Order: sequence, then C-alpha cells, then structure tokens
Amino acid sequence: MTRPAPLTRLPRSAGAGAAVLLVLGAATACSSSGDGDEVGSGSGSASGKLSGTVTVFAAASLTESFTTLGERFEKANPGTEVTFNFGGSDSLAAGITSGAPADVFASASPKTMKIVTDAGDAAGTPATFVRNRLEIATLPGNPEGISSLKDLTEPELKVVLCDKEVPCGAAAQTALDASGLKLTPVSYEQDVKSALTKVRLKEADAALVYKTDVHAAGDKVEGVDFPEAAEAVNDYPIALLKDAPNAVAAEAFVAYVRSDEGRRVLADAGFLTP
Amino acid sequence: MRAGGGQGVPLPLLLPALLALAFLLVPLLALLARAPWQSMPEQLTSPAVWQALRLSLVCATAATVVSLVLGVPLAWLLARTEFPGRGLVRALVTLPLVLPPVVGGVALLMALGRNGVVGQWLDAWFGISLPFTTAGVVVAEAFVAMPFLVISVEGTLRAADRRYEEAAATLGASRFTAFRRVTLPLIAPGIAAGAVLAWARALGEFGATITFAGNFPGRTQTMPLAVYLALQSDPEAAIALSVVLLAVSIAVLAGLRDRWMTAS
Repeated sequence: MTRPAPLTRLPRSAGAGAAVLLVLGAATACSSSGDGDEVGSGSGSASGKLSGTVTVFAAASLTESFTTLGERFEKANPGTEVTFNFGGSDSLAAGITSGAPADVFASASPKTMKIVTDAGDAAGTPATFVRNRLEIATLPGNPEGISSLKDLTEPELKVVLCDKEVPCGAAAQTALDASGLKLTPVSYEQDVKSALTKVRLKEADAALVYKTDVHAAGDKVEGVDFPEAAEAVNDYPIALLKDAPNAVAAEAFVAYVRSDEGRRVLADAGFLTP
Repeated sequence: MRAGGGQGVPLPLLLPALLALAFLLVPLLALLARAPWQSMPEQLTSPAVWQALRLSLVCATAATVVSLVLGVPLAWLLARTEFPGRGLVRALVTLPLVLPPVVGGVALLMALGRNGVVGQWLDAWFGISLPFTTAGVVVAEAFVAMPFLVISVEGTLRAADRRYEEAAATLGASRFTAFRRVTLPLIAPGIAAGAVLAWARALGEFGATITFAGNFPGRTQTMPLAVYLALQSDPEAAIALSVVLLAVSIAVLAGLRDRWMTAS
C-alpha cells in the first residue's frame, strides 16, 4: 500500500531556491521564504549571517539535549531562532510527509527516517549523528531490586514498554528477543517520555527506556544497565529537509549538531558517538 | 433566496449556515473518500480491531451506567434542592466538559493512581490499583462523560412540571417515592438523551484514557487509542479504524434518534 499523498502543501517557493541560496551563502533567504524570516530581512549583504526560524522535528528522546543545542546555536547566531517539535519519530515522520513545514528531522531510528527519504522529503543523505541504548528505569533506590532484564518478567512487577510502532518499543522488542525473554507489560506507551513518566509518577515499577532519558530525569528515576541492551543500539539519523523553509540556517544547525561542541552536549546527555 | 414553506431565509444566515454544515461534514466525507475500501474487509476482520472495538463498546456502556447511577441523583440535587454554594458546585460539575481530556487524565492519576491522594489507600487497603486496568478506562471515560448526562438531566428536571411531584407529596408519597414513581418517568427522555451523549463522549474518549489507563491491547486499548497508534505506522489502518468508529457512532445516534430528538 502506498502512503497517502500529502493533503496540503504550504506554498514553498523557498524550497526550490534553497540550493541557489546555499551557493550564494546570502541571508536573502528571507525574501523568498514563507514564514518567520522577518528578523534578518534588513541585512541584504552577502555576509553569510544566519537569520530566521529553524524548525526542527526531533525524536522525544532528544528533548533535553536538543533544547540545549538550540539555545547555544541561537546564542552563537544572533537573529536565529530554533523551534522544536518533539514527539514520537513515527508521528513526526508522518507530519513531514504530509507537508508539515519543517527544516530538519532528527529521528530515533533509520526506519522512521526511511519514511521521509522514501517520500523524497529529505535533502541529501541522512547522517547518523548519535546512537542510544536502552536502560531499565526504576524508582529511586531501586526498591524492587531489579538487576537484570529477566527480573522484569516477575509477574507482580508493573513494567511499561514503548509501543512496538515507535523506535524505543522496537528496540525493547529486539533486546527481549535477543535474550529469549517474554515480557508482558501493563501498557505500551506512545513514546519513550510517557513510558518514563509512568515510572516517575510511581504508577509503574520499571520501564525500558533510553539511557539518555534516565539521565535526563535526574534523581527521579534510577537506571539499571543490562547486557542485552548492546543488541538493540539505536542509530539516530539527522537530515535537512527538501522543502525546508529556512534551508541556510537549517544546514548550519545540522552542522552544529554534528560539530565537536554538539557532540559534547550529546555525549553529556548519555548518547554514544557513532 | 427562499426556502420552501414561504418563510424567507435571509442570505446572511443561510450562507454561514451552509458553511458551518460543510465545515462539519467535509472532514467526515473526506475520511470516507480516502478509506482503503479494498483492504477494508481484511483490516476489519483482524482480531486486534475487534478486540479494540469490543473493549470500546463495553467500556463506554459501563461508563454510561456509572454516569446514570451517580449522575442522575447529582442532577436532581442540583435542580431540586437549595444548598450553599450550589452555583459553584454546578460550575465545577461542568468543568470536565471544558478541561482538556489529557488534563483530566493527569488529575485522575494524581487522585486515583497507585501513588495518588486516594489511590494509595485503595492500593494499601483493598489492593485496588486502577491505572492500566479496564476499570481505569471506565473511570476515565465516566469522568469526561458524566457532566454531559448531569447537565442534560438537570435541564430536563428544571423544565419538568413540579406540580406532579407536589401532588404526589399531598397524596402521602415520600420525596424518594415521588422521585422514583413520578419524576423519573417524567424526565426519562432527558435521561435517555443525556445517556446517549455520555455514551458517545465515552466512546470517543482518548486523552484521559491514554494518560490514566495506558495502552494495552485487549485491556485498555480502546478504538481511539488504536487509531492513534495505527497512525504512527500504518495510516491506512488508522483510516479504516476511524471509519468503523464513525459508523458505530452514527448507527447509535440514528438508532436513538427519536428519543434523542424529543428530549430538547
């Protein structure tokens, strides 16, 4: 079955012009681009100064690190503004293929990125910029004494997983399959953040989430590493989008994410370098 | 421009009215137009869909029963008695109508979750934990649906002629007997209308359910949740499921149309 064609396409003359503008390196993108670029419209000089809004669709697990990266990018490039749409990678991909006006897509799995590249919505080849692995999130102090993936199969434990349709759920399934374990969760949550939230609220005893999400939750949860996580390491691809309303600044943001400084922020959040 | 019956319909009213009609109907027609009719039988015979549909119907009905048992007395209290702060209570009762459902779900978690204000005692004393259970779905649905019933029944009670109740009282009936034998039959159409509204609202409930009850096939995954998660990976399946939910809703509203119409 083919995916439905986009229902709406915002007028985007900027998309076609993006390549030309890239070559020129001029800040005149604002004149042809549709929205949010008024900030830099005064500077017609070809100084390469960046301006306007960069809209980034990013996997929920990137929330904390990308928010930090966005703030630093804005500080380094006055006149730019980075806005984020964090969510499950699949629904973000569905949004992009339906014509959502985004500049950059950072997905939590190659499979979801493929949805976007298959639809011809990515400019160039997506690049893997970080990798992530799973960890067991438990309540602070690990009151249930969970030390392995097998411990999660205890019937009296309330465990939540991500839904198999979203990358963290697929990774969890891979890890469980690799260990030959069968696990019946109490819920398949719609994204990694809501799975973790159920533990933070003490509604669930444990969740299989990314190491980075455990890290971001601070002392609200405790992380337990398990060896099978190595079987389910997720690659995170990032891509500039073909119809990006603000391609120049967007490309700079992608470059920033992949720069040494960007890598440092991501590594601090617990991501692995590819 | 004139419509039949000799009554003129002013253009400034007719045009926006038709626009409103189109606005409400076009999205539904679009859903039908884009439905994958060829693969529909295959989509609908999948056990997962039946499981979600059955759970939706059972939970919506249970939530309606809960709303009836608790909501009708509340409506009576609001319509027939005087107590301090009644106006405020009535306003609070309608709050779930305007509250975003996901906020309702968070509030339910805070109250009835395993660690909630009331929930921790339910868990400690009776071993009852509502999140992640079918009962939790019913609670979430009743929370958002009951106000519809209360408002509808209260309105009917206010419009009902109180002289019948007074006559019953002069004949020696207690207030409860008068309610049971006189008032209840009198306001039955209003109750039915409220029940249908509540049922339909419960059937469509999404935000509070996924927040409070989670998502597990066969236990807490109702149709709206199944639609949402299908949309993540298989839009065709999501459209097919949406069409089913639409058909069920239309069938029920149409089936109860007569009672539904006489209520207002």
